[in-house]
Amino acid sequence: MTAKISFTLNGKPWTGNVHPLKRLLDTLREDAGLTGTKEGCGEGECGACTVFLDGQVVMSCMVPTCQAEGKKVTTIEGLVSDGDLHPMQDCFIQEGGAQCGICTPGMIMAAVAYANDPDSAEDMREALAGNLCRCTGYTRIYESVKKAMEKMSVSEIR
Amino acid sequence: MRSYLAEFSVISPRSLDEALWALKQRPAPAPIAGGTDLMVLLNAGQLPPGAYLNLHSIPELRRPIEFVNGEACFGALTTYADARRHPEIRKRLPMLCLAAREIGALQIQSRGTWAGNIVNASPAADGVPALMAYDAAVELSSASGVRSVALADFYSGYKQTARRPDELVTAIRIPVPEKEAVQYYRKVGTRKFQAISKVLLAGIMVLGKDRRIKKIRLVYASVMPYTYRARAVEAVLEGRVPDGAAIKAAVAALRSELKPIDDVRSTAAYRLRVACNLLEEFLSASSPSRGEARRG
Repeated sequence: MTAKISFTLNGKPWTGNVHPLKRLLDTLREDAGLTGTKEGCGEGECGACTVFLDGQVVMSCMVPTCQAEGKKVTTIEGLVSDGDLHPMQDCFIQEGGAQCGICTPGMIMAAVAYANDPDSAEDMREALAGNLCRCTGYTRIYESVKKAMEKMSVSEIR
Repeated sequence: MRSYLAEFSVISPRSLDEALWALKQRPAPAPIAGGTDLMVLLNAGQLPPGAYLNLHSIPELRRPIEFVNGEACFGALTTYADARRHPEIRKRLPMLCLAAREIGALQIQSRGTWAGNIVNASPAADGVPALMAYDAAVELSSASGVRSVALADFYSGYKQTARRPDELVTAIRIPVPEKEAVQYYRKVGTRKFQAISKVLLAGIMVLGKDRRIKKIRLVYASVMPYTYRARAVEAVLEGRVPDGAAIKAAVAALRSELKPIDDVRSTAAYRLRVACNLLEEFLSASSPSRGEARRG
């Protein structure tokens, strides 16, 4: 059983014939060809597959594709604007917030969500608590996010 | 992905009526709300193949939190994030925000639903104890009508609930407690956050002017095979001043009322001891020797 499912992907309409229970993670990687979103645990513990669904952070491994119908999906690829990296991406590069890179796309999505809406969590550590990193020890990540949030003027937040 | 998707089918109804009609089929399709339980099982190859009912396509179920006649009303798709962000919930039903914070990461809280937490019937549910302590009622709809069941009467055994396969949870009604109610919510896990509970107590207590207990609710998770309201202990405490003697009597009653589960997370003896400690901590917060009542 496949179904025609349509949603807005990084600002552009996307339609595909996929099984309704196919994980959004797999639809993004296999059907939409966007491999920036990574799979870590596949059970909602690690945050590597974090994307935005209608502006909220979700684990794309736990979203059946049929529930993205008609919604806005934003992936790490969608943070780039006119070929320029998002300030959060820039700061992760400058501050050494990325090492092996598997957690990085999800970590950056969670960080951007927090920068866009600091009231969504008690503090930065809670906002990033759903994203595991086995390389950095987190200090560099926190520094990257702090620096990006200082750099991002209100108009730059997107 | 260890499941074979061809063995699964999904119905995405366009209205509540259509959904309730679909639920009359035998076997009834299993509702899927936020997917935070079912999608994990699907990935692990443990989700039973068959028909599933996608609740996200039903407009009637996507309504915002409302306050009606002194009760908060959640819809079938109200998430933990919805409750956490709601200023009135934070103020009037604070245990729901404490519970929401305990449930996974923000990425889980934005998807997981209160109704799903109820129906999934895990003994370790974090949201259900807070709802039960507030005397929440569950609205169940089917093609043959609507009925309301007190959440405290919803469970009868491990994963045994009052929901028939043709019924859907369409609302949760939560009465706002008295302003002076002392509220207590504490989860004991292996770490501070994002850990499944070993023992959890959600409590609410209203004292009269004479400092006697007018109303008390004691709800435990992860101790019994389902979210459990300790009614015998409540009966021991009602009408008494929560002093040292009353606390001692309550702990003794709890020791005989609870028959804790024993599993990989904790032994029964540990659970019983922690359950008693939490009760003592909650009651001591309102004990005359501690002065004014405060939030737990």
